[in-house]
Amino acid sequence: MYPKEMEKSVRKVEETRQERLKKLPERMTAEEREALLKKFHPDYRKGAKRKLKVGVSKGNMLPNEVADLIEAYPLIHPDEIDLSQIDYETDILIIGGGGAGTAAALWAYYNGVKPENIIIATKLRHGDANTMMAQGGIQAADKPNDSPAIHYLDVIGGGHYANKPELVARLVLDAPLIIKWHEELGIMYDKKPDGEMITVHGGGTSRKRMHSAKDYTGMEIMRVLRDEARNVGITTLEFSPAIELLMDEEGKVAGAVLFNMETEQYYVVKAKATIMATGGFGRLHIQGFPTTNHYGATADGLVMAYRAGARLRDMDSVQYHPTGAAYPEQILGLLVTEKVRSLGGQPVNVDGEQFVHPLEPRDVEASAFIRECYERNKCVVTPTGMRGIWLDSPMIEMIHGKGTIERRLGAMFRMFKRFDIDMREEPILVFPTLHYQNGGIEIDKEARVLGKNGVIAGLFAAGEVEGGVHGKNRLMGNSLLDTQVFGRAAGINAAKYVKKAKVGKLTLKHVKNYIDELKKAKIKEERKSPMLLPDYRGEKAVARMIDIF
Amino acid sequence: MAKKKKIDESKKMVRIYIMGKEYLVPAGLTIMKAMEYAGYRYIRGAGCRAGFCGACATVYRKLGDYKLHANLACQTTVEDGMYLVQLPFVPANKATYDMEKIKPDENVILEYYPEVARCVSCNTCTKACPQSLEVMDYIQAALRGDIKKVAELSFDCIQCGLCAIRCPAEIAHYHVGQLARRIYGKYMMARAKHLEERVKEIEAGKFDDEIKKLMKMSVAKLKELYNKREIEGEAMESG
Repeated sequence: MYPKEMEKSVRKVEETRQERLKKLPERMTAEEREALLKKFHPDYRKGAKRKLKVGVSKGNMLPNEVADLIEAYPLIHPDEIDLSQIDYETDILIIGGGGAGTAAALWAYYNGVKPENIIIATKLRHGDANTMMAQGGIQAADKPNDSPAIHYLDVIGGGHYANKPELVARLVLDAPLIIKWHEELGIMYDKKPDGEMITVHGGGTSRKRMHSAKDYTGMEIMRVLRDEARNVGITTLEFSPAIELLMDEEGKVAGAVLFNMETEQYYVVKAKATIMATGGFGRLHIQGFPTTNHYGATADGLVMAYRAGARLRDMDSVQYHPTGAAYPEQILGLLVTEKVRSLGGQPVNVDGEQFVHPLEPRDVEASAFIRECYERNKCVVTPTGMRGIWLDSPMIEMIHGKGTIERRLGAMFRMFKRFDIDMREEPILVFPTLHYQNGGIEIDKEARVLGKNGVIAGLFAAGEVEGGVHGKNRLMGNSLLDTQVFGRAAGINAAKYVKKAKVGKLTLKHVKNYIDELKKAKIKEERKSPMLLPDYRGEKAVARMIDIF
Repeated sequence: MAKKKKIDESKKMVRIYIMGKEYLVPAGLTIMKAMEYAGYRYIRGAGCRAGFCGACATVYRKLGDYKLHANLACQTTVEDGMYLVQLPFVPANKATYDMEKIKPDENVILEYYPEVARCVSCNTCTKACPQSLEVMDYIQAALRGDIKKVAELSFDCIQCGLCAIRCPAEIAHYHVGQLARRIYGKYMMARAKHLEERVKEIEAGKFDDEIKKLMKMSVAKLKELYNKREIEGEAMESG
């Protein structure tokens, strides 16, 4: 049920529904897309980005919120950490317990590293990650009318040709291998009785290659990977985020300093190889946007790797998902999966009119929503002043039959039903929300992190923290795939690497050097990073807080 | 009772009790946001903040209501007079198993989780489930060896542990569901033949030349290919 004013608009949506079933708006031409993006995509807003003043990617444009964390001082001074006492000595340290980190752990294990020599250090619980929240699906070109080459073209076109070709090649060629591995682990993909994968389109795909497990795809993948990691006995340190990478005297990455958030002590982990799998920056609320991201998505890995010399790329582009919930207030910004549109839910304005093809690439789709709301003023306004576009979900059951929404969009149905909106009967209100870090630290196709002079020995990266795979815009279903493909690559290559690697004396000299550089650039000592967690405490409470205990 | 500040109706505040301590918070907030408003900063008790991860399992009672309610803090709106506490952790033993060696027969679940047989059909687990799953039904199905049913009924489980913490028979339902789903996915769902074939093609290098060509292609040429690429029919297949 919606407030009265909104209900009036719902009636208009209902009136045009039959007509809209017959025809979709034309897809835009390349020129139309370009013009729309320039005018309405938040990436093009003046003053939202700035040039980095320090480090190996000095001069790169970054969103201010991210630059603030990169141009910030360490949480503690390197001299305050005693590196002579090592708490954990291991072959592989994986920083981050999401989809990429857990896939890396399993593939390192398959490639001969003993489970007791693999440590996953994670800030929250194992599996508290954006992987868990990925609803729509995972792409893989495994149908006869599809091929990795066609997938390649979709990825690079969607990414505005900025992607790193060797990474795209790996992504699309390994995709079917990943789905096969998942099948063997027992992940319950949506299938027809004969085993054929049920696949749909995503924004910007030219073939139906979106594999799903209802709209709990990421959750199903994550909980199975985690179950398997527990079965094989991989060590997991929860609530123990890394706060700084360690290096040895030769400049190899050699582990990390962890922080036990509950007892507030630090641990020194000495590792032959370190895999960065910390995810992205979604909780930085770039340009004040609400977010679909989990609580810990604060770009910690980006900050630590940068201090250790990792190059950044494509950090100037941010992904806003076209459909974040805009009503009710309690779920503001939370993800409404693209699958709602894949299954036939159309975006319509306050008068029930179509204004954009439902499955344009995400940046284009989001920009069209912003145009409809802020230039054409054809949006719905909620009682708290939020603007939004209707996503006409009842169409799904008109196309696919009754019961489809509960069966294939169970999570969405449940989320809205909790707040008394039945998406089978009424449309849902959406608006773009901060979703994904398109760029990140640069890797090669073996998931090795690159610095000023090529590979940084001992450091690998996988998942949202790395950049280059998606160029300037990621397509739906390629982020889960990225975590798995590059998690696997990182695990395999780290396993190879540790067979020969030797670690020298541990040092935090790189952090000291970074402090010097910050000082030289006249950056004031007022910001510290990594952030670890956002702070959502009420202003009134914070104003009265005293630090005496 | 001590003197209470009056609730300012214009600001629509509600009175909640976090672990017994009273706080005034704006009406309409989720429990999660209300606790933050009151001054709590989560380390445990918050994860995805969107109903997918099960980190914020919360139990509460309401004034004048004997029932112990259970729900997710991120998906539940505060109500006046709510007494609440979050579960930071649920201790529950997970069996370890080798999926390659496991026998997918009707006794397999009982072999790893014999306590399933202690189920007294009280339905407390079902009542506690924030996802409104038929938890007791899937435990009963597990008892009968109906793995498919367990897999299907438990599929939307977010593993928050509220069932396990409430169960008088001390079953860890969500681990039972996990095992059943993996057995069902691995051994009982038909394998995708098109997938197997594609993997063979990739391993034989069938696409390598074409991909290499694309990798070397100029942006202008890529653009041309992309802009005129054929898009598979819009007609949506039946659900």
